[in-house]
Amino acid sequence: MLVWILFLLCQVGAPALAQDLCQRDAPNGYKVRISLKTALGEDAYEWNQSEMFFFQATMAFAMRRHFQMETYNVDNIILCVQTSRVSFWFVVTSPDNTTMLIPKADVEKAVRMSRHRINNAFLLSDRTLEFLGIYPTLAAPVNPDTPPWLIVFGVVIGAVCAGIIALLVSSLLQKRRKEKGMTEDGQDEEDMQVKGVENGINLDGTYNRGFTDDDRFTKL
Amino acid sequence: MPEEGMEDSKGGEERPKWNNKAEYLLTCIGFAVGVGNVWRFPYLCQIYGGGAFLIPYLIALVFQGLPLLYLELAIGQRLRMGSIGVWNSISPYLGGVGVASMLVSFCVSLFYNTIVAWVLWYLFNSFQEPLPWSQCPLNHNNTGYVEECVESTPVNYFWYRQTLNITPNMETSGSLQWWMVVSLATAWSIVYICFVRGIETIGKAVYVTATFPYLVLTIFLVRALTLPGAYEGLIYLFTPDWEILKNPQVWLDAATQIFFSLSVAFGGLISFSSYNSQKNNCEKDAVLVGVINSATSIYASIPIFAILGFKAHTNYVTCLNGNILALTNEFDISDMNITVENYEQWFDSLNGTHPSRVSDLKLKTCDLQTFLDQSASGTGLAFIVFTEAVISMPGSQVWAVLFFIMLFSLGLSSMFGNLEGILTPLHDLKLVPKWMPNELFTAIICLLLFLMALIFCLGSGNYWLEIFNSYVGSVPFLIIAFFEIIAVAYIYGIGRFSDDLEFMTGHRPNIFWKVCWLVISPLMLFVVLVAYVAVQAQTPPTYAAWNPDYVNFPNTEVLPYPDWVFAICVLLSSVPVISIPLVAIYRLICCMSGRHSKDSLHNNPNPYANEDYVVELLL
Repeated sequence: MLVWILFLLCQVGAPALAQDLCQRDAPNGYKVRISLKTALGEDAYEWNQSEMFFFQATMAFAMRRHFQMETYNVDNIILCVQTSRVSFWFVVTSPDNTTMLIPKADVEKAVRMSRHRINNAFLLSDRTLEFLGIYPTLAAPVNPDTPPWLIVFGVVIGAVCAGIIALLVSSLLQKRRKEKGMTEDGQDEEDMQVKGVENGINLDGTYNRGFTDDDRFTKL
Repeated sequence: MPEEGMEDSKGGEERPKWNNKAEYLLTCIGFAVGVGNVWRFPYLCQIYGGGAFLIPYLIALVFQGLPLLYLELAIGQRLRMGSIGVWNSISPYLGGVGVASMLVSFCVSLFYNTIVAWVLWYLFNSFQEPLPWSQCPLNHNNTGYVEECVESTPVNYFWYRQTLNITPNMETSGSLQWWMVVSLATAWSIVYICFVRGIETIGKAVYVTATFPYLVLTIFLVRALTLPGAYEGLIYLFTPDWEILKNPQVWLDAATQIFFSLSVAFGGLISFSSYNSQKNNCEKDAVLVGVINSATSIYASIPIFAILGFKAHTNYVTCLNGNILALTNEFDISDMNITVENYEQWFDSLNGTHPSRVSDLKLKTCDLQTFLDQSASGTGLAFIVFTEAVISMPGSQVWAVLFFIMLFSLGLSSMFGNLEGILTPLHDLKLVPKWMPNELFTAIICLLLFLMALIFCLGSGNYWLEIFNSYVGSVPFLIIAFFEIIAVAYIYGIGRFSDDLEFMTGHRPNIFWKVCWLVISPLMLFVVLVAYVAVQAQTPPTYAAWNPDYVNFPNTEVLPYPDWVFAICVLLSSVPVISIPLVAIYRLICCMSGRHSKDSLHNNPNPYANEDYVVELLL
């Protein structure tokens, strides 16, 4: 009988004790804030007791992962002050002694270690599953070996240089062809002059009309 | 009437010719339509009462812009020389106008291509995911973001620190920024490749550079009109505020905007039209170029303002969301119960029940009108405001690349005219040695300009560019244009000019053109010049410096110009135009002493100028 009364007292007292351990602004507790609709929009699931249980299980897993020797259980994670935000407070008790709380620093280390796993368990991110007081580590910037802009610059400058060289070479070849044409046949020279240069390349040298082939006009 | 054979008497050198009319028109349009049409006109429209600004703008176009444009194209086509040769031919005493044109084109080429280099730098950086100006970089020990970036914005940080690496003031020059030098080298190489064979290659290049901006503007128009907030932006832009027309500053800015937008007085338009055949209807060309330039400005302002409206809307929603999050977290309200639509009701009810808690949150006041009022022009519009808008658009890289390629085309086609205003006069002055091929000469000029423009790649380069932009790119042009119109209308004579126009176009100019050239345009130019100088003299010479150690950072610190810098500003404004009186005095001295000068001027005799007769008169 006595044992039975003691057992009843424990059942009543334990939650009451747990209530004392977990409260708003508890020195060893953390506030968690979850924004389901922001993260998932239409696919947001409902936050109910099962989800709370899942959270307890995830936190127990995180504690186990960090402190590899100790076996944490769902009962070691105590939740309280739940609001419709969704936000709540939680504290972690030691598996050996349920009245002793794990210090804040250790809980933080455990959370940091498994943050990625905890986020993924709930399909959330660092921004939508917040542990107030535990700042997410900033993502390391992607630093490629060659800055991408240098690659684009290389392509552009290569094309431009190739174009300049091609144009200069073709100008040179054209000039040489013209000089060869001038020395070989005076007729060609006059035809070119008469047609006029439409494309803008200045002819070097002076055109002397006195040396045109006058025979052209007398062959009627 | 001089015969057409006259131009062949220049020792047999054929003047280069345009392949077809389209190339010539596209080159002129490309020269006139520049980055100012995209980033200066919409800003002016916004601050000067939206649709009401179009009235002074169009009046200035009709009475000042078109006559000047027609005049330049006509004299270039008739006299078939660059700016120096043309003004020497009209009157030897006014040869200084051509020299001034060339000097001003030289200075403008320096800083304009630097802007093109900045556009290229942003273009190269647009091929990354995520865009480098969308987030702050981490500091040295990866504990947080760089402080300068956090205090201002990532976009500002990318522009001032990672692009310019700007110094806190003008006295500190800083060092050469190698990435800027590289971009500048690319810009000058691309300009050179288009100039390699003179107008042959320019004519090909303008098929792309002059038409591509219109394609991009249309794409942006379609995209921008589907964005939220675009409608508010357009209403804000075009709502006319008729009261603003009473402010003389509006008329002054409209006249100066039209003037600088058409790129007259650079000498480039004279050079381009000198490659035409003489029997070309330059009246139609002038009207076409002028109208297309203004139409482009108006057309460009529509997508720009739609996108600015979108940006204002995005900033407004972000501001509201910040407040909503603060309220939701403080009062533990269910997630997403407070939305942008019902924010007001929630705020009122919460403020009524818990005013102290609400005021402790220090919520920001979010007003869409305030965000719309944040206007910007010039490099601020392109590199800060627009890049910020592009981040919020889906597919940011595509829009960024399109935008910067458009700015690059606009800048490149304007550079053609700037450089042509330097090269053609030098060719006509026969300063090029006979043995040097044109390609080499162009390369030397481009290299010289590149080396001189390296000062804009220093840490304080942006401050110097602003100085060049304000002092070289303003008053000298007004003075040159004024002398141009006086020279043609009064010294050359409106009768002789009408005869030339009849020879070229087939009909004499009608009364409108004559009245403009004789009275209206010179008067308007004179008034604008005097008013501009008066306004400039009243504003103290200061500049806005980006100083991270400033008390009110991220606001820019307003500093006065040091004395030596101000002296340079005055020099920049006066040295180009000092050649006008200098050349006049020199010629006067030559003539008074009675010497027959054997300079190149008299190798191309103007049939109307008979020196013997003139000397007799003076005696």
